[in-house]
Amino acid sequence: MMDSELANIWVYLSASPLMGLTVTIIAYLSGMRLHVWSKSNALVNPVALAILLIIGYLFITNTSFDVYFEGAQFVHFLLGPATIAFAIPLYQQLEKLKKIWIPLTISVVIGVATGALTSVGLAWLLGASHETLMSLAPKSMTTPIAMGVSAQLGGLPSLTAVLVISTGIVGAVMGTKLFELMHIEDDSVKGVAMGLNAHGIGTARAFQISPEMGAFSGLGMALMAFSGPILIPWLLSLF
Amino acid sequence: MNFLNGIAVLLVYQLLGTVIVMLLGLKIPGPVVGMIFLFISLLFMRRIPYYLSFTSSNLLSHLSLLFIPAGVGVVTHLQRIGSEWFPIVSTLFISTLVSMAVTAWVMQRVLHFMQRRDKS
Repeated sequence: MMDSELANIWVYLSASPLMGLTVTIIAYLSGMRLHVWSKSNALVNPVALAILLIIGYLFITNTSFDVYFEGAQFVHFLLGPATIAFAIPLYQQLEKLKKIWIPLTISVVIGVATGALTSVGLAWLLGASHETLMSLAPKSMTTPIAMGVSAQLGGLPSLTAVLVISTGIVGAVMGTKLFELMHIEDDSVKGVAMGLNAHGIGTARAFQISPEMGAFSGLGMALMAFSGPILIPWLLSLF
Repeated sequence: MNFLNGIAVLLVYQLLGTVIVMLLGLKIPGPVVGMIFLFISLLFMRRIPYYLSFTSSNLLSHLSLLFIPAGVGVVTHLQRIGSEWFPIVSTLFISTLVSMAVTAWVMQRVLHFMQRRDKS
């Protein structure tokens, strides 16, 4: 008696948006908790953990992605307003921007071009399909913007989301070692290179090293968010 | 009220960006155009209204939450990743490192060049 009632409630809940939304937020909070426990180790990425937890939940409960997304779309929708909100941190960096705008502009243009062309070129040489190439092209941008660009280019936005997060983890984990090998000590250079290539995940790492590097990384990330969507579709249209 | 005011402004700019992209048939996501317009508006206003910085810092501090639903969508592409994992993984590592090295090297060169020019 009790069992069948519970089963009925479960059938109702598992198909309602309430479940997808709740699971998303709880998985995120758990991911954050684990990240803090690991002493903010870049390898223990809260988003990657949350995604794995939710995929596990979908498999165990045999829930389809479409049913899950009916609830999760409320979170997903906020990507749009969050993209607009990037104008504010960029405006806050205006003074810094004015001081070093020449080296910045040159690095941004070259960074955007190298990032997009090496990823598309290399993946093409290794035989990736067209959708995969277009999903890889915006991999250095912050996720909400990368997903929009991917959709415009004919890529797969959800594949892009995963590639962007992986790029961020690779950049955050290996970036500091790379700068050490290259004997780069200037925080502004390290920060901008980190933010341009490893977006928010790299910026979080940069803030752990120094607030100066973090601020410049945020600037690099915001500049990538501005110029990437304009430069990358244009660059790719040349081929 | 601060949060509602802020989110209303962000939504209006998103709407504006989306309409412009659709009208002009641009290849840029609508929200990016909205962001550029908001940035230009701030340049004219010369300050950030409190409700806007309040809402944006709240929204951006949990930015990573927002891309989880899309990330979970990877379950719909498992087959593709399974068959193309080699190009994907090598590209992620090589392209990210090469591009990071190039960006850092270029910026360092230009900064040095400018400092030397300023001194002379």
